[in-house]
Amino acid sequence: MKKTTAITRNSLSGPLDDVAADAGHLEHPPRVGFFTDTSVCIGCKACEVACKEWNLVPETGFDLLGMSFDNTGELGANSWRHVAFIEQQAPSRAPEQAKATVDLPMPSFDLPGAGSGAESRTDFRWLMSSDVCKHCTHAGCLDVCPTGALFRTEFGTVVVQQDICNGCGYCVSGCPYGVIERREGDGRAHKCTLCYDRLKGGSQPACAQACPTQSIQFGPLDELRQRAAARVDELHAGGVTEARLYGEDPNDGVGGDGAFFLLLDEPEVYGLPPDPVVPTRDLPRMWGFAGAAAGAMLTAVVAVFAGSRRP
Amino acid sequence: MSERSRSHRKGKGADDGSREAPMVPRASFESYYGRPILKAPVWEDDIAYYFFLGGLSAGCALLSAGADITGRPALRRGTRVGGFAALGLGSVFLIKDLGRPERFLNMLRVFKPTSPMSVGTWILTAYGPAIGTAAISELQPAWLRRSLPGRLIDALARPAGLSAAALAPAVASYTAVLLSHTAVPAWNEAQEELPFIFTGSAAASAGGLGMIVAPVAEAGPARRLALYGAAVELAASRRLESRLGIVDEVFHTGVAGRQLQWAGRLTAAGAIGGALLGRRSRAAAVASGAALLAGGLFERLGLLNAGRQSTKDPRYVVEPQRARLRARDVLHVAVAEIQTG
Repeated sequence: MKKTTAITRNSLSGPLDDVAADAGHLEHPPRVGFFTDTSVCIGCKACEVACKEWNLVPETGFDLLGMSFDNTGELGANSWRHVAFIEQQAPSRAPEQAKATVDLPMPSFDLPGAGSGAESRTDFRWLMSSDVCKHCTHAGCLDVCPTGALFRTEFGTVVVQQDICNGCGYCVSGCPYGVIERREGDGRAHKCTLCYDRLKGGSQPACAQACPTQSIQFGPLDELRQRAAARVDELHAGGVTEARLYGEDPNDGVGGDGAFFLLLDEPEVYGLPPDPVVPTRDLPRMWGFAGAAAGAMLTAVVAVFAGSRRP
Repeated sequence: MSERSRSHRKGKGADDGSREAPMVPRASFESYYGRPILKAPVWEDDIAYYFFLGGLSAGCALLSAGADITGRPALRRGTRVGGFAALGLGSVFLIKDLGRPERFLNMLRVFKPTSPMSVGTWILTAYGPAIGTAAISELQPAWLRRSLPGRLIDALARPAGLSAAALAPAVASYTAVLLSHTAVPAWNEAQEELPFIFTGSAAASAGGLGMIVAPVAEAGPARRLALYGAAVELAASRRLESRLGIVDEVFHTGVAGRQLQWAGRLTAAGAIGGALLGRRSRAAAVASGAALLAGGLFERLGLLNAGRQSTKDPRYVVEPQRARLRARDVLHVAVAEIQTG
């Protein structure tokens, strides 16, 4: 536990060792987060249900979206966990040249589904992934909030104080993952709190507790990163070469996520941005350009009046 | 085609011909059911109205200070009152667009340098009373002007007007940082040009109002300021459109494309019309001023809509980020090659 309130290097972007101290917490517990291992997700949506129950997140009606088993659609003010379902051709483990062919449907005399043995298996696979707020090291939503409603907790997570939020909507556009949203009819911004109340009471978040396969793992971030690295090695050794971590790298555009993932395909397949960057990274540069434009405007006004003292 | 690859074209166990080489390459862009990755901005058109009115107010504050010092009473009076009215009306739109308007004052709980909205709130908090004092001194009826508070306001009018002018460039430009400091592709990637578009448009709008409120003899600086603002706005817009790659589409298509096109036409027509005819005919000056004001409003609406559009298609998020990753990979490979000699 560091005792410092000094503005450290990389306060705006880049790797940051102690995010809670950077936010001014003098004494604080270790940073916690989620490691969501999508390779063992079974798509049961227990996380979505547990989250809604515990956090009293309102229902959004009965929507059938026609997107596999996903009828939630996306993260938002009323969905703090979202299970994505992707039906796709499994990556072929055959040599490169054999991959360059596609199956064409051909007429046959057999009843559909008549074969049930190994010979009838296809390369089809189903990806399932429980998405959540990333609790970024450099959180775009938190940086732009003008009221101080969004704050960094002592656990290193990012939470909205509902008694302060005035619904300006800046956080909605500040998030590079499209997570936080203003709730219709309520007017305030809502998102995952990483169950701040449960953390305070020494429990784990509701979604992690409800997950039956330990796809959602909760714990200190350092420990989760070790576990995740070991899991990737294990999958690679088992021939699942497409396994990769998403959001665990402290050198990425948001300084690493507090909630990171093991994915089996490119991030955009799951609806995640491939290289998110916190907009704050460029903030000094933006003010530089604004200063130049403001200076030019002032100079122009002086110039248009110069040499014409009386009309 | 070599013998070897031809044999592979049929694929394994493919005597029935059911496996064939695809004739088109796999689509390189993937998304989750085509759904947007980012949330669309929640801001309604109200925010575009505020951007326009705030910029107009800032330009007016600068014009009125110059008119005050150089002895142009009609230009001073019109731009002080116009600048204050624009700010007042703009603030109404700003507050109306909040999800919880009654909590507007929560903006004043903190000063947060990382939030351009917080910085802007404090700039406006200093700017509002300054332009307000200058405007009220113009509007005082004779009986109030003779009283002690009235005389005090008149005495404060010039220092207040000059203070407002000193803050005005910040009022006109902070809104550009506010838009760029988001994950919205069209706004974020336009970070170099937006401040020039915003200050240019503010100068052009204020010049337009100056041409409307002041007689032609006094409105020379307004005409020249409009010409400067229009030139900066149009040049920055051109640069933006040649730089953005795929995201550039949102500035040219749909509602945003039409609004920005009209913004450019009206601004150019107003500035040139004012410069050529504005000193001879008051009617031409008023028409040119109106065109400049309309151009400024369309510019902000167009930029707002372009930002909205760029969040709706995941391509605008994924493709620039993929290009960035590819460029980084190329760089890493090159560095590794240099290191290994």
